[in-house]
Amino acid sequence: MLQLANPTRFMQYSARLLPWLAAASALVLALGLYMAFFVAPPDYQQGETVRIMFIHVPSAWLAMMCYGIIAVSSFGLLVWRHPLADVSAKAAAPIGAAFTLLALVTGSLWGKPMWGAYWVWDARLTSVLILFFLYLGLMALRRASDDDVLASRLTAILAIVGTVILPIIKFSVDWWNTLHQPASVMRLGGPTLHPSMLWPLLVMALGFTLLFLTLHLAAMRNEVLRRRVAVLREARVARAGASRAAEPQPAE
Amino acid sequence: MTAFLALVGRDLRLALRQGSTLGTTLGFYLIVVAILPLGLGPDLNLLARIAPGVLWVALLLSALLSMERIFQIDLEDGTLEVLALGPLPLELIAMAKGIAHWLTTGIPLALTAPLLGLLLNLDLAAYGPLAATTLAGTPAVSFIGTIGAALTLGINRGGLLLSLIVLPLYVPVLIFAVSAVTNAVTGPAPFLPPFLILLALTLASVVLAPVAAAAALRLHLQ
Repeated sequence: MLQLANPTRFMQYSARLLPWLAAASALVLALGLYMAFFVAPPDYQQGETVRIMFIHVPSAWLAMMCYGIIAVSSFGLLVWRHPLADVSAKAAAPIGAAFTLLALVTGSLWGKPMWGAYWVWDARLTSVLILFFLYLGLMALRRASDDDVLASRLTAILAIVGTVILPIIKFSVDWWNTLHQPASVMRLGGPTLHPSMLWPLLVMALGFTLLFLTLHLAAMRNEVLRRRVAVLREARVARAGASRAAEPQPAE
Repeated sequence: MTAFLALVGRDLRLALRQGSTLGTTLGFYLIVVAILPLGLGPDLNLLARIAPGVLWVALLLSALLSMERIFQIDLEDGTLEVLALGPLPLELIAMAKGIAHWLTTGIPLALTAPLLGLLLNLDLAAYGPLAATTLAGTPAVSFIGTIGAALTLGINRGGLLLSLIVLPLYVPVLIFAVSAVTNAVTGPAPFLPPFLILLALTLASVVLAPVAAAAALRLHLQ
């Protein structure tokens, strides 16, 4: 791992990039929150609760994008055996799970005043919940084995399986929902969104994406450092063992 | 082909002579189905309405019980390594294991499901469709299970992890199987479309799951 030039170069570049990314995401998020809370008008039907959407929608987008990144990274690990791909997949999973949870929680907080219940078995909610379970499965499988290399490859296989099966799950949940629950759920029409709400949403989405990139890069750097520490520790143990073996043993 | 059939036959013989796993699985299925009315109340109309879903969910849970052992025993006594050295590619080994699991667990569960329907006041018109969906859907259950079994191989308490990984993957199978049965009984949509999608899921999992399972097995054998 240390012999490869790429992680070292990654550490150099990311160290330079990270402060800028963090500052940019803080700025854009601050601007987005200001627009969401003070500029965007309350919805004529939903009132002030519509502001939850400015957190909720970007979280849901990122929840999906994050799974995409895990899938691409897993593919990179399995095909090219690139260690950074594994670092990326490992770092992205908890962040993606956090965004998915954020989307679920904000969604149910929005649902209570709008639908009268914290949880409604709406097709989208259900698919996002299953996405959350997949994230949990990925994280649990990675922690299950002591052998890090084995665990990372197994997790990559599960991520690829999830990529194949996620669209099927989405399709089946849509089918199930239209069957069990005729369209009673009010939704915001995407393209009919008024510009006064669209702009804050887009700014928030950009802010969330920047935030994700910052967190992902930071987590990847941590992971690389963690692995380096582990390698150094193993080397020290090996050296100590070798020097002890070289010493003349006391006669028994 | 002979090696493939020999492997399936070996697994069948092992399962038959051991015997206890199948009994436990069916007993678990019976208990889960029997304990649900105790929680939901004895209202026969309610039970009849939810019977297809309950039977399918309980079937999935029961199938999970024996899934952990699909590759576990063979890995522990070294059979898996010998098999990997043999003429069969690992993909076909995984497929044989999936078929054996279906024959020893899937079919008995599928045949028990209509019987347990009696406990839940299952609509008379639903027996045929229920048997059809369980028979058509259990191969997908077994084969998707081989992925989970291969991934969690050699892991402490792998069974718990296996259910966490595999149950979300069963969502499509569950949805289409249950909606086929409900359609057949109450309509208005016809029985056939969801049933055909269920068949497609089964066929796809029979082809694709062994590839994923073999990839995981290869990692374990390295």
